[in-house]
Amino acid sequence: MAKYRLGGQTVRLENPPCILSRATIVGKKEGEGPLGEYFDVVLEDDMWGEKTWEKAECRMYQEAARMAIIRAGKQPQDVNYLLGGDLLNQIITANFAARTLGIPFFGLYGACSTLTESMSLGAMLINAGYADLVLCVTSSHFCTAERQYRFPLEMGTQRPPTAHWTVTGAGAFLLSNDEKPPYITHVTTGRVIDYGITDTYNMGAAMAPAAAATIKAHFEDTGQGPEAYDLIVTGDLGWFGRELTIDLLKKEGYDISDRFIDCGCEIYSREQDVHAGGSGCGCSAVVFGGYILRKMEEGVYKRILLLSTGALLSTTSTQQGESIPGIAHAITIDMDRG
Amino acid sequence: MDVKQQKLNKEYQEYVQRKMPKSYLLRDCVLAFLVGGTICTIGQAVSNFGKSYFNLNTEEASAFTAIVMIFIGALLTGLGVYDDIGKYGGAGSVVPITGFANSIVSPAMEFKKEGYVFGVGSKLFSIAGPVLVYGISTSVLVGLIYFFVK
Repeated sequence: MAKYRLGGQTVRLENPPCILSRATIVGKKEGEGPLGEYFDVVLEDDMWGEKTWEKAECRMYQEAARMAIIRAGKQPQDVNYLLGGDLLNQIITANFAARTLGIPFFGLYGACSTLTESMSLGAMLINAGYADLVLCVTSSHFCTAERQYRFPLEMGTQRPPTAHWTVTGAGAFLLSNDEKPPYITHVTTGRVIDYGITDTYNMGAAMAPAAAATIKAHFEDTGQGPEAYDLIVTGDLGWFGRELTIDLLKKEGYDISDRFIDCGCEIYSREQDVHAGGSGCGCSAVVFGGYILRKMEEGVYKRILLLSTGALLSTTSTQQGESIPGIAHAITIDMDRG
Repeated sequence: MDVKQQKLNKEYQEYVQRKMPKSYLLRDCVLAFLVGGTICTIGQAVSNFGKSYFNLNTEEASAFTAIVMIFIGALLTGLGVYDDIGKYGGAGSVVPITGFANSIVSPAMEFKKEGYVFGVGSKLFSIAGPVLVYGISTSVLVGLIYFFVK
């Protein structure tokens, strides 16, 4: 077995890369939510002076990337790789932003799991000595996602209680080989799990088995249980998906309920009429970058497990009656180098 | 798919169905009744107005009512109000003719950015299209049956 592999799905990073800087940009509704004060930029309106929603999302992506680079006192040409993606067809947001940024670029698609997918690969690139600086950026936008996956915005439809609300937001993380906490110490890569859920208004149920499977694999591979973490954070399971994940893991003998939060539940208040909670590539990016990392710096949390969760569907697969496969990738963030 | 996985899937799906937060059926029905009823009452008032004020006969009055109600539906969609009515009204705001106007105007607004041909032109009936196809098909079918049975 490869030297630093632990079990079937996890690697331990021998020279753990650090998160050198970060930036978060969110839309108006997210700014009005309970975490509003933690984000770097809150937009006045979600169009941001652009002609289309897509252009606005692309600008959010670019600006978040630039902010993260500037905050670390670096230039775009210092960055070895840009990794990232978004929810739009052919990941146009990330591709078009990469055109402007001019950093060598790997475009990734893992639906809403793209954040930890990017950070997993970025951390491994640095650990292996292939890069000094890797920028990981993901974004999503309520209006671009709605028109691609569902109905026009002004269409009068009723959403069921399990429907999610796509987060308008972009988060950028600059990883480096410096010695400055927090560090990424472990990477657990998820498998695609499908329990046959076909309801596109129930993403939480589609993704919960994938989240539970990755958490279980991480515990088994590292030989540690929930007690080794101050917090376990999932990306966008929402209220219902969170409950399902707790139940699924209880069946496997792990109780994580006392230290388990979901970014989709944290970003909005229940009064904001978002039904099951937030979702999208931007959801875990802005909650992790804005809120959770701040709390880690303040010393509230020392070691956390972050999982972004993705529902791997398309409008074509849904119309053809296919079920919704889910995926979740986990990374351990630690204030110590381990 | 192997039998074991099928069994697991079935168990999970049943479990999800059991645990899933349900829509408030009674509340939604009452709201749909009230919103739909209100729209239809307004329609009736428009019809009565046409009959008494413009001296329209029944057939003319229904055309007049359809024109006015479609205009109101389109206007409220453009003002960004109809989607809020739809959120509470559900089927009550979808079924009347104002809902039909909403289903055509909302994609027209949304896809204008893709141009007048491939945006507005091709997406205009993306939601109303199926209604038209099956509505017209059904009327042709019923017409044929009526023709032969008569």
